[in-house]
Amino acid sequence: MQAGGTVDKIFKALADPTRRKLLDRLHAESGLTLGELSEQLRMTRQAVSQHLAVLEAANLVSSVRRGRAKHHYLNPIPIHEVYERWVRKFERRGLKALADLKRSLEGD
Amino acid sequence: MAKSTFVYVIYIAAKQQQVWEALIQPEFTRSYWGHENVSDWKPGSTWEHRQADASRELKLVGKVVEFTPPTRLVLTWGDPKDAAKPSAQSRVALDLEQIGDMVRLTVTHDELEAGSDMLRGISSGWPRVLSSLKSQLETGKPLPTWATAAR
Repeated sequence: MQAGGTVDKIFKALADPTRRKLLDRLHAESGLTLGELSEQLRMTRQAVSQHLAVLEAANLVSSVRRGRAKHHYLNPIPIHEVYERWVRKFERRGLKALADLKRSLEGD
Repeated sequence: MAKSTFVYVIYIAAKQQQVWEALIQPEFTRSYWGHENVSDWKPGSTWEHRQADASRELKLVGKVVEFTPPTRLVLTWGDPKDAAKPSAQSRVALDLEQIGDMVRLTVTHDELEAGSDMLRGISSGWPRVLSSLKSQLETGKPLPTWATAAR
């Protein structure tokens, strides 16, 4: 699907609750530094740094260096692509199946 | 008023020049964006984002801040009704980098007013537009979501 953010990497990155929490934090407040994230999540800088590396490798987080600080941003593009590929395609069929089930249950 | 920043990164299997043209050529932007980006692309010039249908409605307007083909384009970006309001002008930097057979396109949208309609609009808009651009360049077809949203 994309360099540095193959589908496997995206799902693997999303499979961890701490990493999903990091994404939620960056969604709520963008541009947080490693220090701010470790403080908010009450985790060591080293642990947060490792999780951020996995998220960056999956292209789910982008970072910008300003002076000495590295600011982190949620990059929702791969999630959008996963949605396009793995959710939206099945939505219509899923809804139709539900509608058919409802009709048969209601004896229509 | 607090200002917000978004940084979007997408990798596209294309040549840097193709991605560059796709961002500034009206006939190209309309194919995947449903809108045309129109300007003479000189620093200081105005650029317009117009709906690509009979209405030709002006949706966004701004100035070209930096134009360095095919690596960097910087624009101011605002709602036409706020054209006289400097505080309502946001800023978009598009950075293109060729990495092997892929282009890394980074969209940095900053100077966004917290809680503004623009902020809400672009945070759902950029992922759709960029995915559609990628699809257009890689497969020759844009994403249907964009066509639906434009209607």
